[in-house]
Amino acid sequence: MTTESTIWLIPLPPLLAFFLIILFTNKNKVLSHSVAIGAAALSWLGGMLVFIRAIQVEHFGKEVFASSVNWLPVGDSWFKIGVLVDPLSAITLFFVAWTILMIFIYSVGYQNFGKPKGDHDQAGLPPHGATITDEHGHKHTVPSIEPMYSRFFALLGLFAFGMYTLVVSDNLLTMFVGWEIMGLCSYLLIGFWYGKKSARNAAIKAFMTTRVGDVFMLLGISFLYSATGTLSFREILSADVLSALASASTPIFGLSAAGLIGLLLFIGTVGKSAQWPLHVWLPDAMEGPTPVSAMIHAATMVSAGVYAIIRMFPLITADFTGHGLTTTMSVIAFIGAFTAIFAATIAVAQNDIKRVLAYSTISQLGFMVASVGIGAYVAAIFHLVTHAFFKALLFLGSGSVIHGMEHGVLHTGDHSVDPQDMFNMGGLRKKMPITFWTFLIGGFALSGFPLLTAGFWSKDEILADAFSHSHWAVFITLAVAAFLTAFYTMRQITLTFLGKPRTKSAEHAQETHWTMTLPLVVLAIFAIGFGWVGIPEEFPFIGGIIPNWLHEFVGGTLAHHPEALPFNIWPLLTSLTVALGGLVIGWLVYRNVTSAEEDKLQFKLLKNKYYFDEIYDFLFVKPAYWFAETFAYKFIDQTIIDGFLNRIGGFAMAVGTAFRKYFDAPVVNGFGDLVGEGSKRIGKFLAPVIQRGRVQYYMLASLSVAVIVAVIYYFTLA
Amino acid sequence: MSIPLSWYLILSAALFCIGLFGVLARKNAVAILLGIELMLNAVNINLVAFWRYGTGEITGQVFAIIVFAVASAEVAVGLALIISVYRRRSTVIADDLDLMKW
Repeated sequence: MTTESTIWLIPLPPLLAFFLIILFTNKNKVLSHSVAIGAAALSWLGGMLVFIRAIQVEHFGKEVFASSVNWLPVGDSWFKIGVLVDPLSAITLFFVAWTILMIFIYSVGYQNFGKPKGDHDQAGLPPHGATITDEHGHKHTVPSIEPMYSRFFALLGLFAFGMYTLVVSDNLLTMFVGWEIMGLCSYLLIGFWYGKKSARNAAIKAFMTTRVGDVFMLLGISFLYSATGTLSFREILSADVLSALASASTPIFGLSAAGLIGLLLFIGTVGKSAQWPLHVWLPDAMEGPTPVSAMIHAATMVSAGVYAIIRMFPLITADFTGHGLTTTMSVIAFIGAFTAIFAATIAVAQNDIKRVLAYSTISQLGFMVASVGIGAYVAAIFHLVTHAFFKALLFLGSGSVIHGMEHGVLHTGDHSVDPQDMFNMGGLRKKMPITFWTFLIGGFALSGFPLLTAGFWSKDEILADAFSHSHWAVFITLAVAAFLTAFYTMRQITLTFLGKPRTKSAEHAQETHWTMTLPLVVLAIFAIGFGWVGIPEEFPFIGGIIPNWLHEFVGGTLAHHPEALPFNIWPLLTSLTVALGGLVIGWLVYRNVTSAEEDKLQFKLLKNKYYFDEIYDFLFVKPAYWFAETFAYKFIDQTIIDGFLNRIGGFAMAVGTAFRKYFDAPVVNGFGDLVGEGSKRIGKFLAPVIQRGRVQYYMLASLSVAVIVAVIYYFTLA
Repeated sequence: MSIPLSWYLILSAALFCIGLFGVLARKNAVAILLGIELMLNAVNINLVAFWRYGTGEITGQVFAIIVFAVASAEVAVGLALIISVYRRRSTVIADDLDLMKW
């Protein structure tokens, strides 16, 4: 099989799995997860094959794998769709395939496969636990299997299909299709436990908020198509088209066409990657099962947003001369940097283990967006990949922690303990060693623990790039955000794993099943190892031992290979200071904190996420409700449309009544009655004459008729 | 062929008219049935005559035999009806059988 046809096939297995599970294997849990994991494994295999072939091509950026077919006739030509794997999509394919496969495997354990059916579990609600009796006659409560187990895997499959489609697409349209499929799946999976009102609301919120971004993105795509007549990446990102777009001006803010399209596409990213001001959906999306959080917030959906702007990087920077950022780039850099620090401050005051990670995701995505904004292409990709690995690891780790805690909650029977609140945990490192060590690795990678972890190298590269191109505002903001990141990560690790158990549930927490810990270990390997492929050549002591493969490989995507940065000690010192400082301070502050009351940083403003939900509720949700209720429903619908229709109906009724009264009853009915009555009277008059009951009389009558007919025939027709 | 076709036709027409007159004029149901038989036989004469003077196909004779069969069947049914009526009403006079009168 050629590489191109392999690429075509990569997205298909999860889609087939989706339909298979929905249509056939729904009732059988073993078959359902086997189908789903098998499909994910096939896609993984395809992805790895393509990746391995890609890294063997010497100048892969110039000789990409591409293939397309005619799809839609437009005028005299065809709109083509196809697949494209260049260095960017190859490396994206790499981390997407790994994380998706790991999440699929993890889901088996997370949804309690092999556990008994719950005592009173219902579809649409998280499982409550089942009571079993052991051989000594003691009753135990153990976790119970998810009632909609098969449905979960079906939806994950569809999700994976969306992501693979997006990654291998060679044009904006099919990319957008994959993008929207993921939007739908995020809605379905966040609202997976639809029996909970909070989950329903979160699902709607996620769908609506990302929709805002998607509309702008679609606008950008339409503008791009009308301006260039093509949506294929390779055609758009060619030098001619780019320079034409960069020189065309638009009436809006004096932006060039390239700048405006870039901005519109970037708003799509803002929605999908949860950048300020459309970040509000992501923390609420934690209502879904934890593998979904990992899927959406690490492996696929939010990465897709960043992937999209990285893909469009040449367009965004088309009118960038190297001196001073363009308007579009400044906007992107500002939003990214602002989001990075903004979300990091909120994360400091969150107590829910998953919510901390949610805000840290927003913050880390801000890092990537900011680095795209300042033109640090390779750094953005590097951080995208490392972040996908360590954030998937952290989410899955937190799911494992919650699972262990739930076990404790069921064991003690104390259901008032929230298994996600970090202040109810503590001391879990002894109970859940594998989870602890992998979570520690993930957390350190997130904080940028020097030299060892992947997060250090990618974050350092972003800071170094900002520093060397003198984007001071971005550099300082990101440095502070990085400090906060290390701080809240250490807070999380300290509260969750270190110290002594603070509740009975935490004392009875238990290490989770191997299907959950295995993915953690695999992802932990990447969370460390993946950083080593991108160590700058000029780094003191260890630079150059492993060649900076990533820079060579990914940089080749661009027409002009980006130059490696000259080494500078200041950004390195900065990242060392903020990472280690944050970790140490986080540990010092929180090592003795035992309850939320003792936490000095629980500012109301941060706890309530700067009141963004309330502000949006006041500014958009309430007015929208008011508009829908008072204006659209009561005024437009009930008064105008219904009123108009009622008038028409009333008028028709009046006309009908008049017709009936003055035409139908006297004229039509009168005529009908006349005919009937007339025939009746004639019959009455003629009956005694004609119907005499004598056979021979009838015969005579028919004979005379026959004679008359014969005579008429003879004289006229014959 | 000394006798022309028209003679047979005239004979047939005369026989038919006699039968018709019998049907219309006689009161007795048995006599009416006899009239019908005469009319049927008039038809037979017509059929056989046309066959004899016609193209030489056998159709005319076949039809005549079919008419025989129909006539005998009709007589059988008709006489049975008349006997049945007579048993109930003690009369076979057609004018008395006026149940169909309105």
